[in-house]
Amino acid sequence: MTLCQLFLQSEAAYACVSELGELGLVQFRDLNPDVNAFQRKFVNEVRRCDEMERKLRYLEKEIKRDGIPMLEIPGECPEAPQPREMIDLEATFEKLENELREVNQNAEALKRNYLELTELKHILRKTQVFFDEMADPSREEEQVTLLGEEGLMAGGQALKLGFVAGVILRERIPAFERMLWRACRGNVFLRQAEIDSPLEDPSSSDQVYKSVFIIFFQGDQLKTRVKKICEGFRATLYPCPEAPADRREMAMGVMTRIEDLNTVLGQTQDHRHRVLVAAAKNIKNWFVKVRKIKAIYHTLNLFNLDVTQKCLIAECWVPALDMETIQLALRRGTERSGSSVPPILNRMETAEEPPTYNRNNKFTSAFQHLIYAYGVATYREVNPAPYTIITFPFLFAVMFGDLGHGALIAIFGFWMCYKEKPLQAKKIDSEIWNIFFGGRYIILLMGLFSMYTGLIYNDIFSKSLNIFGSSWRSNYRNDTLADNKLLQLNPDSEDYLQYPYPFGIDPVWQLAESNKIIFMNAYKMKISIIIGVFHMLFGVCMSLWNHIYFKRRISIYVEFIPQIVFLTLLFFYMVLLMFIKWTSYGPTPGKLGSDDPDVIRTSAYCAPSILITFINMMLFKTDPNTRPQCDDVMYAGQMGLQKMFVVVALLCVPIMLFGKPYFIMREQKQQARSQPLGAGPEGAEGAQAENGAAAGAPAEAPHGAHSHEEISEVFIHQAIHTIEYVLGSVSHTASYLRLWALSLAHAQLAEVAWNMLLRKGLMSMGFQGGIFLYVVFAGWAAISVSILVLMEGLSAFLHTLRLHWVEFQSKFYAGEGYLFQPFSFEVILDSAGQAEE
Amino acid sequence: MGASFVPIVVFTVLWGVVGIVCPIFAPKGPNRGIIQVVLMLTAATCWLFWLCAYMAQMNPLIGPRLDNETLIWIAHTWGNPIANGTK
Repeated sequence: MTLCQLFLQSEAAYACVSELGELGLVQFRDLNPDVNAFQRKFVNEVRRCDEMERKLRYLEKEIKRDGIPMLEIPGECPEAPQPREMIDLEATFEKLENELREVNQNAEALKRNYLELTELKHILRKTQVFFDEMADPSREEEQVTLLGEEGLMAGGQALKLGFVAGVILRERIPAFERMLWRACRGNVFLRQAEIDSPLEDPSSSDQVYKSVFIIFFQGDQLKTRVKKICEGFRATLYPCPEAPADRREMAMGVMTRIEDLNTVLGQTQDHRHRVLVAAAKNIKNWFVKVRKIKAIYHTLNLFNLDVTQKCLIAECWVPALDMETIQLALRRGTERSGSSVPPILNRMETAEEPPTYNRNNKFTSAFQHLIYAYGVATYREVNPAPYTIITFPFLFAVMFGDLGHGALIAIFGFWMCYKEKPLQAKKIDSEIWNIFFGGRYIILLMGLFSMYTGLIYNDIFSKSLNIFGSSWRSNYRNDTLADNKLLQLNPDSEDYLQYPYPFGIDPVWQLAESNKIIFMNAYKMKISIIIGVFHMLFGVCMSLWNHIYFKRRISIYVEFIPQIVFLTLLFFYMVLLMFIKWTSYGPTPGKLGSDDPDVIRTSAYCAPSILITFINMMLFKTDPNTRPQCDDVMYAGQMGLQKMFVVVALLCVPIMLFGKPYFIMREQKQQARSQPLGAGPEGAEGAQAENGAAAGAPAEAPHGAHSHEEISEVFIHQAIHTIEYVLGSVSHTASYLRLWALSLAHAQLAEVAWNMLLRKGLMSMGFQGGIFLYVVFAGWAAISVSILVLMEGLSAFLHTLRLHWVEFQSKFYAGEGYLFQPFSFEVILDSAGQAEE
Repeated sequence: MGASFVPIVVFTVLWGVVGIVCPIFAPKGPNRGIIQVVLMLTAATCWLFWLCAYMAQMNPLIGPRLDNETLIWIAHTWGNPIANGTK
């Protein structure tokens, strides 16, 4: 990673930055950090781009509202257009936006008109119904008045009744009626009829149900009161003629006007649709172009304008291996802009720490993200990601270990990887899906390893497979079998065939519901510690790599060697004890069940507990011998060797504690001595300048870096490191026992699910048993997937992550770097696309 | 020692081929290093895991405690017919 200075001619700057954006390999630094965003050079252009984006978003909203599909960009992303094209784009967007707004306004006005006419039509129709109900068949139609004969005869004179007709929302009718009754003291008469078809509200485009009403009243006071109440309930009143002939004429007029309006409305909608369809073809294209322009101008804002105002200066981080590609890109940009002056890319020396850049492909990037989530690697430090590709799924699988569930995960992972391209193109919105899809390779590997460990644990949905034939036999006779419910097989007899099941755990253990856990606990705890110690030793060895690369020779002697010795002599020794116990104690083939004291000494009776042995070793204690036939030791010279191991390991602690500070003190004294007295500070500066010269691997970094550090600081620093390591080695070793704990939990949960659900279904008889099994299987499958696969999977994932981050990486990883974030159109377009959705 | 020769050889050779021989033939290209690391780590971890399972069962210290019905069944199916009398 080199810091470079870039000199660009102003005309060529736009094109060059565009080329660099396509390439995505350069990280620009902000050379105007104290300049306000509104005072930067290209703020106007950025504003114009924002305006264009706003117009495009409006267009997109309208297109989505009509449900028109937006075409995806065929083939490659379009390149950022030239500055002069920007004006064309602006004009196009302006025109489209204005047209669309006009069309929308017209459509709204037309719809309002249409609504009024429709309501009028309904009113005319419904009042006709009211009159028909009142009709006396003996009378001629033309002479029917609103109230009919009774009304005329009752008062002895013609009562002049006024009426208003209108339309109101159906929900408001009860309140409306009540209000009318109360306000007019029951002196008005309301008739209402529902309009069957819903009407479209012009502003909100909702479909609402309305009813027609007619209110009869007498006198002007009631008329005003009724009108006010109608206004309050937002009912629209329409003039309705009294005579049927007039009404019919009006109805016909209304129908014609409605027809006309319909045609016009249809044409308006068509026009709008056409405009939107034309826009939809290009809108994604335009979005990309506008975003690229904006990105380029944002980047140009980071540059400095030099004194002659003709040249832009930029500072950028560039991966050293890619200099050639970048030079080519710059040359292409200059050619495109037609400028004659070539851009200059100059290396700069700096003491600053460069950003960390690890090249990844689609497979490794997921694992790299897992590591980065904890902390970005310090510049040029060893990257644990390549090893995580395998150790992560492996540790997950040790905790998950089920062939059936592992197969489900593997199938899911395989499907996602196989259908990678179509699934990516779909751009699904859900964040949970994106998390799963981003980790598809991790999921695939976790599934495959889980299938392998499932085969070894011999666990498929809590049942075992008997592929090679069990190594255990039953030799009990029928009377013993009849008298005893539970019987144990004895390995020191014919019951065990004296050679183990060749691949994995013997299937007989799954049948031994009462003491399977005792055996599995011993086995799984041991493998957890074995795997853990190997993992941690691997971590400490990675620190050796770091020391060698950064040329910290002192650290190799006073940090790496004591650390390895401490870990090996104590915990790797415990691992060796486990292997020794596995090989030394057990039945002797050919002398099964013998009383020979030599045979008894290596039988199961005399097998010691590794944990007690280890604790006694650390405490320099010996337990009294409660089993006189057995030896105190597992092998000759054990006690002496153990004492020596503990002493040497304890001696490593002060070396770790005081070694490095001692050497640093010595170097500081040497430095002070080798410089002339008056030039003390200059000497230190000289050392600093020497260090500043190295942009790549810093030479003797602790040499210069610590020259100004207080000695007490160094001691405290080293003390913290040592305590962390020493205490950590104990606690981390125990922490690996979570491998045992989680695999036990998983096995037990699977067993419970099987026994309580599927077994009951499988044991049910008859035809109804079949249906019962069908139902029970659904429940068992749901529990298996939701609890065992998803919940346990997430849990094991989390614990594996913790094991990697804390137990493994604390042995060597500093993680104090910052990420290389190049200026890349791909990244910007992706994030803009996601933010939009 | 209750170890049988054949499975040890088979599995050690198998994972040895995966972990030591195959990386030599990894395809040349930018991913050669990653492929080699993946193969070697896979072989090492899988072999270690198999080895622990095998060694834990070579010299068993206890045997399974089974239900008498299960014992009858395994005697019947695993080819050890039940004899008369007490144990």
